Amino acid sequence: MRVAAWALRLAGLGLLAAFLAVPQRFAPLFAPLTEYGAPPIYDQGSLLGLALAHLATVFAATAASAVVAVTLGIFVTRESGAEFLPLSRTLVNVGQTFPPVAVLAIAVPLVGFGEWPTLIALFAYGLLPVFENTIAGLESCPPAVREAADGMGLGARQRLLAVELPLALPLILEGIRLSLVVNIGTATLGSTVAAKGLGEVIIAGLLSNNTAFILQGGLVTGLMAVLLYDAMAAAERRLLKAVRVA
Amino acid sequence: MIEIESLSKRYGATTVVDGVSLTVARGTVAVVVGTSGSGKSTLLRMINRLVEPSAGAVRIDGRDTRATPAHLLRRRIGYAIQGHGLFPHRTVAENIATVPRLLGWDMPRIERRVDELLSLFQLDPGAFRGQYPHELSGGQQQRVGVARALAAEPAVLLMDEPFGALDPIIRDKAQEDLLAIQRRFGTTVVLVTHDMDEAFRLADRVAVMRDGRLLQYDRPAALLRAPADPFVARLAGTADRSLKLLSLVSAGEAAEPGAGDGPTVPASASLRDVLAELIWRGAEAATVVADGRPAGRLTLAAILARGRAG
Repeated sequence: MRVAAWALRLAGLGLLAAFLAVPQRFAPLFAPLTEYGAPPIYDQGSLLGLALAHLATVFAATAASAVVAVTLGIFVTRESGAEFLPLSRTLVNVGQTFPPVAVLAIAVPLVGFGEWPTLIALFAYGLLPVFENTIAGLESCPPAVREAADGMGLGARQRLLAVELPLALPLILEGIRLSLVVNIGTATLGSTVAAKGLGEVIIAGLLSNNTAFILQGGLVTGLMAVLLYDAMAAAERRLLKAVRVA
Repeated sequence: MIEIESLSKRYGATTVVDGVSLTVARGTVAVVVGTSGSGKSTLLRMINRLVEPSAGAVRIDGRDTRATPAHLLRRRIGYAIQGHGLFPHRTVAENIATVPRLLGWDMPRIERRVDELLSLFQLDPGAFRGQYPHELSGGQQQRVGVARALAAEPAVLLMDEPFGALDPIIRDKAQEDLLAIQRRFGTTVVLVTHDMDEAFRLADRVAVMRDGRLLQYDRPAALLRAPADPFVARLAGTADRSLKLLSLVSAGEAAEPGAGDGPTVPASASLRDVLAELIWRGAEAATVVADGRPAGRLTLAAILARGRAG
């Protein structure tokens, strides 16, 4: 079972690396999808460069939403911040329900074309899973454990750092992983407002009616999402073992 | 010594604890009993300021508890609760070491203390130090919880229904262990329970609470002989009070000098148990044995006299 999983992982990673490094080698595979001698492999830029730019955007946006959402989640579960819970929840939910395309449309007039509208859209879109999981994680701390921590004389900060956060960590990490993976897909939309990313390949395919391009953009994005999800899950297990929550 | 002086707690218009005063002498066990909602847990939690009193004062060894910041105060007071509250992500040793660490003990001292406590609670340090709470049985978790509460050698130990979640046989053993350890360290214990048998078994003095008021604070025998209030009488269970009185006295305490015949009973047995043994055997007297040697005798008549009023 484990061997099979590792074989699948390595195969996926190898395929992605090979395709991004020497995409032209895969031309015969995609040629049947093109018509009238159109290029079977995206040729308006480096696929590797686009993939890296795509990832950089997603990582930056997710990191920012993780920091904000975890901080906010901690704040609203403190006694002093409890009254802000409904308001924060509403705001974060708006971030999630507002379609990223709409966020892009609103952001462009404000910050111009390029990476920024995408970063803003992804940031807003990534808040909810982390925020809700942070709250759920912190609230999952058994009341008796919290009471014992108080009763033994841990200060509020000590209780948070030594007890509540370690116990909430599995859920928080899961929320971040979810945000990251969702954002890898969503980030393709950024190319409509001139952010560098794999969306470019898909849009180029749509404009020139080139199915091979569309498939390439989609497959690379999808493969990255699956591999990252898997890698993060593995990293989480290690981290949790290190802090011994698992 | 704990002195509680006209202590009250009000939440808005409701008074949860109403002007309670009582003193727990150093090295004794006070058990607070009452039905749920009687304010007994709130009273306990005001001692270590998990609940801040609305009025009144608590002094521990003469020092007003308000003189120390609450979290520093709590590090000097042991606290054990129902459902133990062990940190699930910490090992047994780390759990026990919580307060000593907060107090900045050095590692060798902490390790010595952890091992000492584990041995005291009949948990082999080598086997249990590195275990996680979820790997332990309910009884073991509870023992680790009490060990953790005692880790920093507190003069005062507060316990809120600490044995409530245990099955009867393990609870019995846990109570026995608590008494042994309490005597060994000379700890002053305040324990909250709704179980009258537990109260009679553990208490030097029992505080009976109802609707936030202290109805009676007295020795267990006095509660049975002279209940201050019909509620106290009902709670104490006066119907079989003669037998309850007998269960408060050990054979060793009641033994008369002289050699007896009939069955032998250990000095630690209660008179109630000795009586049961005599009835069962149809004997008139028993020989009390302490440390393997005869330590006196107990006659049926002497036992019956102990169970009488006055």
